[in-house]
Amino acid sequence: MEQFIKYFANQFDDTDITEFKSETNFRDLEEWSSLTALAILNMMEKKYNVTIKADEMKKANTIQELFNLLQSKM
Amino acid sequence: MIMNNPFSLNNKTILVTGASSGIGRSIAITCSQMGAKVIITGRNEKRLNQTYIDLEGSGHEKVIADLTNFSQLKDMVEQLPKLDGVVGNAGIVKSLITQASEPKDVDDIFRINTFAPIYLIQFLLQTKKLNKNASIVFISSISGVYCGAIGGSLYGSTKAAIDGFSKALALELAPRGIRVNTINPGMVDTGIFDNTSLSKEQFYEDMKNYPLKRYGKPEDVTYATIYLLSDAAEWVTGTSLLIDGGYTLI
Repeated sequence: MEQFIKYFANQFDDTDITEFKSETNFRDLEEWSSLTALAILNMMEKKYNVTIKADEMKKANTIQELFNLLQSKM
Repeated sequence: MIMNNPFSLNNKTILVTGASSGIGRSIAITCSQMGAKVIITGRNEKRLNQTYIDLEGSGHEKVIADLTNFSQLKDMVEQLPKLDGVVGNAGIVKSLITQASEPKDVDDIFRINTFAPIYLIQFLLQTKKLNKNASIVFISSISGVYCGAIGGSLYGSTKAAIDGFSKALALELAPRGIRVNTINPGMVDTGIFDNTSLSKEQFYEDMKNYPLKRYGKPEDVTYATIYLLSDAAEWVTGTSLLIDGGYTLI
């Protein structure tokens, strides 16, 4: 999970690393956009070899929920 | 009164790559309906057979081939009859932001979208398979040529490369009356996007950006292809035909 948060945070340029916690609602982040969403999807594909569609990703709001979704597909 | 239809493809033999689904399937079937003898290629045997069954008339051929295997591509070309038309349609879409792209991604998408059609034409010319006055049509895109899209840097560059290729090729083949054109569609609903990471909601949102209020249908691209393959387009070469429901107007 710690590693996942690091990868997640790495997709952002202006958001401070301390803002990324498992309970963080990433959709509330100022830097969140369709571009960062695609960056996260690409990251999960590259780092975990799991393809998640944007529709599925909608179910997740916090980093933890997204991680759970990822794990359910691994 | 019997009128000679300038859009007819009677007595023409036309190769359509990537004919097992989507735009390629639509083009192949309509070419057969317009009187052409069609040779279709695809990777998926089952789906290619379905297209083959749906072709009208007789004398058609199907070839299961992976065009990214260039020696296989060369073998396939050697088996072909003389052609009056080539539709370079086979291609893939990948939604990938630039910094996430790995060498394999770059290689994969360029192999199928750019290198395979270039080698296809090379081999066709080397084996003298193109008849005089033949027509070559590449299915390109608005992406990379008329506009860009987030996650589309690789896809767009493969298509821009094809547009560049076709312009010089058009000049080289003009002495033999062979014409080379591209069709540059906006988003066409073919199921190919089921494999992308975009959501349905994003698609509906995106659809609002099209002044004509919908995505393209395969037929929109097919009818333009028929035109460019036919003698009606006898004086048209080196063009990139924009078909996008007005998307790039705004």
